[in-house]
Formats: sequence, C-alpha cells, structure tokens
Amino acid sequence: MDIRSQIAMVFHLDKCIGCHTCSIACKNIWTDRKGAEYMWWNNVETKPGTGYPSKWEDQEIYKGGWVKKGNSVLLKGAGKFKGIKGLFHNPNMPVLDDYYEPWTYQYENLFEAEEGDDQPIARPVSLITGEYITPKSGPNWDDDLAGSEEYAKNDVNFKNMSPADHEAMFQLERMSFHYLPRMCNHCLNPACVAACPSGAIYKRGEDGVVLINQKKCRAWRMCVTACPYKKSYYNWNTGKSEKCVLCYPRLEAGEAPACHHSCVGRIRYISVMLYDADKIEAAAASNDDDLVKNQLAIYVDPFDPKVIAAAKENGIHESTIECAQKSPVYKFVKKWGLALPLHPEFRTLPNLFYVPPLLPTMSYANEEGSYETTSESFWGAVDKSRLPMSYLASLFSAGNVDTIKTVLKKLMAVRLHRRAETVGDLPEEEATDALRDSVMDKETADDIFRLTSLPLFDQRFVIPPAHREEAIEMLESTADVKGNSGFGFKEPPVRGL
Amino acid sequence: MSNYFFFIGLPYAAIVILLVGSIFRYVNFGFKVSSLSSQFLESRELFYGSRPFHWGLMFLFFGHLVAFLFPRSVIAWNSIPVRLVILEVVAFGFGISAFVGLALLIVRRLKHKRLLMVTTKMDAFVYVILLTQILTGLWVAYFLRWGSAWFPSVLTPYLKSLFLLNPDILAVSALPLSIKIHIVSAFVLIGMIPFTRFMHFLVYPFSYFFRSYQYVIWNWDRKKIRKSRKLVNGVRSKNN
Repeated sequence: MDIRSQIAMVFHLDKCIGCHTCSIACKNIWTDRKGAEYMWWNNVETKPGTGYPSKWEDQEIYKGGWVKKGNSVLLKGAGKFKGIKGLFHNPNMPVLDDYYEPWTYQYENLFEAEEGDDQPIARPVSLITGEYITPKSGPNWDDDLAGSEEYAKNDVNFKNMSPADHEAMFQLERMSFHYLPRMCNHCLNPACVAACPSGAIYKRGEDGVVLINQKKCRAWRMCVTACPYKKSYYNWNTGKSEKCVLCYPRLEAGEAPACHHSCVGRIRYISVMLYDADKIEAAAASNDDDLVKNQLAIYVDPFDPKVIAAAKENGIHESTIECAQKSPVYKFVKKWGLALPLHPEFRTLPNLFYVPPLLPTMSYANEEGSYETTSESFWGAVDKSRLPMSYLASLFSAGNVDTIKTVLKKLMAVRLHRRAETVGDLPEEEATDALRDSVMDKETADDIFRLTSLPLFDQRFVIPPAHREEAIEMLESTADVKGNSGFGFKEPPVRGL
Repeated sequence: MSNYFFFIGLPYAAIVILLVGSIFRYVNFGFKVSSLSSQFLESRELFYGSRPFHWGLMFLFFGHLVAFLFPRSVIAWNSIPVRLVILEVVAFGFGISAFVGLALLIVRRLKHKRLLMVTTKMDAFVYVILLTQILTGLWVAYFLRWGSAWFPSVLTPYLKSLFLLNPDILAVSALPLSIKIHIVSAFVLIGMIPFTRFMHFLVYPFSYFFRSYQYVIWNWDRKKIRKSRKLVNGVRSKNN
C-alpha cells in the first residue's frame, strides 16, 4: 500500500448554468497573453456537441490516451517509439484551425476614425496575423445548439449508439442538452507526462497536480497528442506547451482555484482524496465495463486506521488527512457513488468527477408528441428519459449503462424524498420505495441534498494548505539561509570579487 | 593569409563559441531552448518539408562523422567500385532529400502569413546557411567525385590535426573553392548553434528511452533527515 494524496474535483452538472464564468476567470489570470489567446484551460461545452477543439473525443482522429494491452496500457499515439518517430512532424497533432483563430476587435477605430458619412465600426482582426478576418468558429460556438447539423449531429458519442436512439435525440420534442465544463483532470495515469520526450511534464508528489516545466519543454508537442482531453496546449509564440496549473499558488495557500472560486452555479467541489498508488496500473488496464469500478477502488477510506498509518508513513500531513476525511469529493465519489469520471475509456484515471445531469431525464414526449411528466409517477422513470442512457454512458462510464442508471436512480430518489418532505404532494411510498431501491436511508438523502443545494463555501472547498513553510525548511536547512536577504533572494549578500 | 583565418581561426572560434555559448544559454536561458515548432500553425506542408529535410540531414551528418572517425573503414569499403558508387548514390539521394525538404520549408514559411509572424531574423540566417551548406555539398558531390574517396585522405587528417591542436592546413588550402565554402559554412553553422534555433540539436531527447513513463517529483522527502549544505549535502529539490 503506497498511500498518496491527490487534489480531486466534482462538478455537479445539474447545477451548471453554462455561464462561462469559470472560463473567463481562468482566461483573465492565466491565458491572456500572446501565443495563449486561443487556449481555454477551462472551457464549457454543450452536449451533444463537438466541443473544443472540434471533436476532441474522437481518438481515431487525435490518437490520445491509452489503449489496453495485456495487463498494462500503451499510449495510443505517442510513446518512446511512436513519439520519437514523429518528432519531425507529429501526424496526430491538432492545429490552430481545429481550435479556432483567436481575434479581437479594432476598438480604437471607434474613437480615432476620421469624420465621415458612416458610423465607425470595430472590425475583427486576427490575434495571430493582425489581418482582418471573419471569425468562423470560436471556443464555444456550439453553445446551446443541441439540435444543430454542424455541432450536435457530429457529436462523437453517437458512434456507439443505436440509430433509433440517435434519431430520437433529434426529434424536436425529445431534444435536450446539458453543459459540460472541462479542465485538466490531473490524472493518476497522465498520458501527457508519459508522452513528454524531454521529461518536462511531471506530477507533483504532494498533491498530484500535473505541471509542465517551462524550462525543460522543447516543443516536441507529444503532450498535445497524448492528452485525450486535449488539455495540453502549444503556445505558438514561446514554443512551449502549457496547461492548467490548477492555480497552484492559490491551492498551496488553501484557496480554491479561480474557476472553482468564481463558479456562479456553485457546481464545483474540490478537495483531497487519498489513493493507493500501487493499484494504478491494474486499474488503468481493466476491461471497459470495470473501468469506473476499478478506478474508484484506488481511492481509499480516509477513516481507516490502516490507511491513516500508511499515509503518515508516507509523510502526508495531519491537515491533509483531516481534509480527506471532510472531503466533499470523497462523499460524492466514494461514499454516495454519485460522481463519475469523464470518458474513463481513455484510461488516464482522471481526478475530475461529474454528477451526471438529471434534468433532461425528467420529462419525455409520449406517442402523441406531448410532454409526459406526471402520468406514471411524479417525474417519470429514469429509463424513459429524453436523453438516452447510452449517450450518458458513452460520456461517463465507458458505455456501461448500468453504472449510469444506478447513479441517476439515486439522484432521483433524493429528489423524490425531498419533494415528499418539503412539498408533500406525492405519495410517501413512492419516495420510500425509491430510496429503498437505491439502498439509501433518509439521512443520507438529506446529506446529499444539503451538499448539493445548500453547501457553504468551506464545504465545497476543503483544501489543505501545502505547508510551504515546512517544505522550504525541508529543502533548505535554516542554517543555509541564515544571514540571507529573505524570501526569493537566495544568494548570500557576500562582497563581490 | 585568409586560409589561416578560415581554416585555423574560424574552426577554433566556432568550437569555443559552441561550448561556452550553448552551456551559457542552457544554464541561464533554459526557457529559450526549444525546437520552436511551427506545426501548430501549419501542419500539412510541414510533413513534406520537415521529414525529408531532417532525415536527409541526419544521415549526411552521421556520414561525415563516420568518414572522420573511421577513415580506414571507409577506404576499405570503397575498394570495390560498385560499393563506392552505391555509397555515393545513397548519400547524394539524402542530399537531394534534404535540399527538397528545405526548399519546401522555405516556400512554406514565405507562403503563410501565420508563419511569418513567428519568423525571426535568426530564422532567415538559418535558412541561408543551410541552403549554402546543402547546395555546395551537392555541387561538390556531383562535380568533384568521389567525395567519400578523397574525404578520408584529405579532410580527415585536417580535422584530426585541428583536434590535436596542431593544425595542418596544407592540403585544405589547395582544395577547390566550392569545397572551401562548404567547410567554412560548416564552421559558421557550428559556431552559430548557441544563437539560433540550432540549439535543438543539443537537446535531442535521448533520456526518454531510459526513463519510466510516469514521472513524479516530490518537493521534499520527509523520511530523510535534512542536513545543512554547509555541513553535508542534504536532499535538494529536483525541479529547481
């Protein structure tokens, strides 16, 4: 048992209102620079839709992630042989046009234009060439377009769906969409780290944040190919790759990353999870159906005395273990089993979990084409949802419909229970039956309700401080820094030669 | 006189600049060491340019290296005329491949506005020096046959004498102009490595073959007792 601590996240998709505040918060802090204008370390997509970069989920195009080989996994499009072979030209790399050409507007023209008969306008100009362009795509141009030919029809998740289900999703009465905020998953089995020929990308041992050492990056571009979520970006100006740093300066101070902090819908939860690093390889190489189950088995119970002892042995701080015990992520993912990883079939073991959306599953259209909401039961059965289970299964459980159904039934049980409690307009047996079906008692349902709907700031973000002060003491003896000029200036003030 | 400058002064200057400059740049300006790939802005034409160019150049570089390090083996190989012709034709083929690749790369860079935005003066210099090098190389290979036959007996002793710090330029001074240009531009190229994107020759990721795929860095190791640097070397962070 090799217990380590990992920063993990939960996004509650039912609560996401698709406002893009997270993306803007991130952009303002990290990627508002030359060469990084096109990067959205955090972005919000509409599902069904093609996403950003276009069709990123299709690994037949981009060759990201891992593939199972025997009892282990191999990188699909990179690695020691394929990567080095593709050094001079990487055949599976997305290019600028797969994302979009970033642009701005000539605002100064509004003030400086010469007097004339026409109103001055602010024309769009490319942020790369500075030429006038007509923007044809952007990072969120599929926003809310769940029925569109261009975006929704080309969603990669339809590939494994039956044609009937596919057709049904595009009937006007059954159309539905939900938002999918995405960011770096800080995976347990990161493909970007494994693909980097220069060894610039690494996972931080203390909290599991995956970072790129900008001084060691040599622009071999293999991380861009290898990351199946396309969350490693190439900065065309500096010639270095960049990715989400999980706002580590904030994290180390015990504060939530900017995207989490700014979330308007309060859908985001972040905290630590303790996991057993010895189980990673076996879990990554599971069969498709067991991927979610085996990944969740890596995370261990932070209340187990054995786990606590092993964690302390590995140098995990008291405060981190305490946070792991209070972790909202642990509750959603392990205790309640409500959150699932996005595309577990990429086998990177992502640490960002999603509570699948229940809203579009509530009502459905009957044969006459009118909405059915109250006939059988108060909200209709999960199986008869507008959004086919196979679609959600393709997103969150590597195609395993049972997994997703179990989660949705639990969510539904909580909803029925609370409706019976607060409004009381549905028979109590229905609520108790639903709870019994999901093997859940009333207290648990209330807990889920509370952490979902009424969580306080400190309940959503339970982050241990990184104890930098101790880290510095561990790295550098206090005797060495004695007489120096303090933080950030390590050279002793010695008279020059 | 100019022979002294070009065949003694220049090579030593180039090697000193290479050593001092690239170490200085690597240590102090790590952020600026990159292959500066432009594939992100244009990918399709890069394929037809970059691959033939790099493979051609790599083969030619190692060909020259072999002729310098093992001259007797090369002479022995060439003792049968058919083998000589095969070697020359193959090498010439790689030369053509490098030339065609480079020409496509230059056209590509001039054609796309996006690429001009990431083109610097040093890139222009890189193109000029590479073009000079490849064109004179092809000229020499075609008109002054057979290079692999005279290189081991004329240029290897000269290069060896440079490395032994006892330069002997008698043979080199008598060579035709095209070969002289080829040699001089090679030394210029070597000397300019620290100042151009040529730096990426020196950071080829060999270490990738020898490391495990996953890479975890611990900022501190609590199990080990830290000691002052002033007494005994303690455990230092690996990523700073």
